[in-house]
Amino acid sequence: MKLDPAIRDQVLGTVPSLRAFAISLCGNIDRADDLVQETLLRALSHIDSFEPGTNMPAWLFTILRNLFRSEYRKRRREVEDADGRYAETLKSQPEQTGRVEFEEFRTALAKLPSDQREALILVGASGFSYEDAASICGCAVGTIKSRVNRARTRLADLLAIDSVDDFGPDRATRAVLAGGGRS
Amino acid sequence: MGERGKTEEMKNRRTNVETVPPESDKPQTGLPQARDAMGRPVTTPHKPEARLGREVQARIGQQLRAMYDDVVGEGVPPHITDLIRRLSDQD
Repeated sequence: MKLDPAIRDQVLGTVPSLRAFAISLCGNIDRADDLVQETLLRALSHIDSFEPGTNMPAWLFTILRNLFRSEYRKRRREVEDADGRYAETLKSQPEQTGRVEFEEFRTALAKLPSDQREALILVGASGFSYEDAASICGCAVGTIKSRVNRARTRLADLLAIDSVDDFGPDRATRAVLAGGGRS
Repeated sequence: MGERGKTEEMKNRRTNVETVPPESDKPQTGLPQARDAMGRPVTTPHKPEARLGREVQARIGQQLRAMYDDVVGEGVPPHITDLIRRLSDQD
């Protein structure tokens, strides 16, 4: 296929963010890079179905998410506790997922249900609107909003980055015990 | 004219309300605020599940973006650039 250079540049421009999203879904850089590569192969072979002028990042993120989901479903048949396995991956290979300073945050993020995690990342980090995030995840806007809210609440709990005024010391202590896992 | 202006304003206001994230922790205005014996405003202990402090939200947002942007800052890995160049030059 001869790819329109403008389209190619849009694809290339999306790759860094697409990759960051993939890493946050997979929790593993190697798997994430495979996923990005698979996504681009799929996207470029179906480039005719992309309407020029529409949202390229949203289109690529949708493809990546669908690929990840179908792979995830396949793996879940093999591994019972997929979320536990994800957390385990992070614990055993922290150096694979990036800098140490984000380890605590990443570990907390790994404890979220996957639908909440992806909603939070799409809206809070990738910078998509609630509407775009809903279209990427194939659900209602209200569902995305509530997932993002629940994700934030749970993260605050796990990280205990609350002020005493907000939650009270007992709650903060409990959150530390629940989210620490370093002993 | 005045009425029309007001209607326009209401419309805009409604749109704004809809785009404000629902987790905004602005206190409800228009309600009489409870005061303690010293006349200080009494903050009702809220359920943390229901709303988060603005500060907490901001810190979560910062960490999330810092982690994400760390990867974004790595740019496009060479093997991806090669892949796209190869695919886009095929006939």
